[in-house]
Amino acid sequence: MRVDVLVLGAGPAGMSAALEARAQGLSVLLLDENAAPGGQVYRGARADARGPGADQARAGAKLAAALAGSGAERRFGATLWAIEPGPVAFFSEEGGARRVAAGQIILAPGTTERALPLPGWTLPGVMGVGAAQILMKSAGLLPSGAVWLAGQGPLLWLYAAQALAKGGRIAGIVDMSGPRTAALWHLPAALAAPGYLARGMAWMGAVRRQVPVHRSRDLRAEGDGQLERVVIDGTPHPADTLLLHDGVVPNTQVTRAIQGCAHRFRAGAWEPVVDEWGHTSTAGILVAGDGGGVFGAAAAALSGRIAALAVAHALGCFGVEQRDALAGPLLLRRGRQRAPRRFLDALFPPLPPPADPVMLCRCEEVSAGRVREAVALGCLGTNQLKAFTRAGMGACQGRVCGPLLHSAVAAARGVDGAMVEPLRTRFPTKPLTLGELAALA
Amino acid sequence: MFQRTEPADCSIEWDGAVLPARTGEPLAAALLAAGVVRLRGTVLSGAPRGAFCMMGACFDCVVQVEGAVVQACMVAVTPGMKAAP
Ligand code: FES
Repeated sequence: MRVDVLVLGAGPAGMSAALEARAQGLSVLLLDENAAPGGQVYRGARADARGPGADQARAGAKLAAALAGSGAERRFGATLWAIEPGPVAFFSEEGGARRVAAGQIILAPGTTERALPLPGWTLPGVMGVGAAQILMKSAGLLPSGAVWLAGQGPLLWLYAAQALAKGGRIAGIVDMSGPRTAALWHLPAALAAPGYLARGMAWMGAVRRQVPVHRSRDLRAEGDGQLERVVIDGTPHPADTLLLHDGVVPNTQVTRAIQGCAHRFRAGAWEPVVDEWGHTSTAGILVAGDGGGVFGAAAAALSGRIAALAVAHALGCFGVEQRDALAGPLLLRRGRQRAPRRFLDALFPPLPPPADPVMLCRCEEVSAGRVREAVALGCLGTNQLKAFTRAGMGACQGRVCGPLLHSAVAAARGVDGAMVEPLRTRFPTKPLTLGELAALA
Repeated sequence: MFQRTEPADCSIEWDGAVLPARTGEPLAAALLAAGVVRLRGTVLSGAPRGAFCMMGACFDCVVQVEGAVVQACMVAVTPGMKAAP
C-alpha cells in the first residue's frame, strides 16, 4: 500500500491534518486504534451536545462529518506498531499486519493521563479521571454513589462539571494542588484568553457549589480486594470509586522508538522536539497536536492543519510562498490558543513522588522505595532502573509508570528531570501475534 | 459505582454470569456498569486489578474473550460475548 500522507490518530490534530491534506489534493490514510474517530477530547462527540464542554463536542462532530466526506481513507481499530525509514509504517487490523509506504507521516498520538500514585492506588475501583470521562463519552456511564475525585488540573474540574450537569453524583473531591493555586486561578481571568480559562473557572465554581472539596495531600485508598474507603487526613470515608488525575502528558510511545527522533523535557514531561510546522528531527515524520506538547484541543486542530500544509509543500503541491500564505493565519490563531497553557503548567506542576511503600510500576509491582534503593546503589536513569528492578518492563511498556519512574529517579538523585533520560521504547510498540505477522508475508 | 444513562440492549457472559450490556460499548464499561470491578490478579503476587486507564495504556484490564487475550477497554461488546478473567 502507498499513500501521500499517513496520519496516525483521529483526534482533533489527526482529523484536521487529514482534512487539510485532502483539501490540498493529497491521498490520505488515517489510522486510529479506537473503533470511532474523536480521540480523547472529541470521543463520542455529537452535534447536539449540551452543557460543559459542549462546544468541543460540536467542533468534534463537525470535523468527523467533514472527514467522512473528504475522500480520506479511514481505518479504525488499526494499531500502528512500527515506523521505519522511508518512511514505511506497519500496523495491525482485524488480526492481520499491514505495511504502508508514505510520502510523509503525521503522528497525532495525543496524550495519556499522568498517573497519580498514592497508597492503595492499584486497587480495583481506583481509576483515572480521564478513564471515567471515556466511560461517560463512550458508554454514557455516570458516577453515582460513593465516587471520589482526587488530584489537580483542569480535566478534573471539567469532568466533575460534566458529570454533575448530566445528573451524576460525586461524594467529594480532594484538591491536591499547590497552596497558591486558588489565588492564581483569578489572575488569568484578566487576560481574557480565548475563553478557556474563564470557562475553567466557571466549571470549578459550579462544582464547588455542589460537592464538598477537601484540600489535602494526605490521601489513601483502602479495601480488601477492591476499594472500600478513602482516608483523608486520617479520616475514613466510604468509597467504591476513586478517580485520580495529575494532568496529561504527551504520548511519546511511538516517537521515542523512532531512530534519531529527539525529545526534550518541558513542563514536567518529555515531548518530541518539533519546529513550528511539526517537523521532528527525523526526515519525513511530523508530530501534530498534544503529542508534541500539551496545548489543548483547539491548538491541536490548528497544528494538524499547519503540519498538513508543510507536508503538501514538501510533496510538491505548492511553493514556500503559498505555504506561508495559507499557514500564516493558522499560526497566529494557534499562538493565541497556546497563550494560557504556560500559565496552567506553572499552576499545576506534577505532584511529588509518593512515600516508599507506594507502587510506581503497576505491572512489575515495583515500589517507590525500591526505586530509591536502586538510585542509592548508583542507578542513574530509568533505562538502567529496568536492570535494577524490572520497573517499566511489564505489559504497559512504561506507558503508565514511565513518567512516575522518571520523576522518582530525578528527585532521588536531586537533579532536574531534563538530566534523566526517558524510558526507551522499542518497535513493536504494541504486542503482536504471530498470526498478525503472517499476514505480511 | 457507575450508572447507565442509556439502556442495555443485549447480554454478555462474564465468568459464566449473564450481565446486561450495550452493543458497541467497551467491554470494560459493560463490566463496570454491572458492578464488576475486579478483573484479574497480577501474575507476580496475585494482587487484584481492574480497569484503570480505559484507553489501552495500562494493560490492567486484560481478560479472555472467546479464548483470545484482550484489553477489555479496547474491545467493543457484541451480543452474547463470552469473557472471563
Ligand atoms: S484499562 Fe488500561 S488498558 Fe484497559
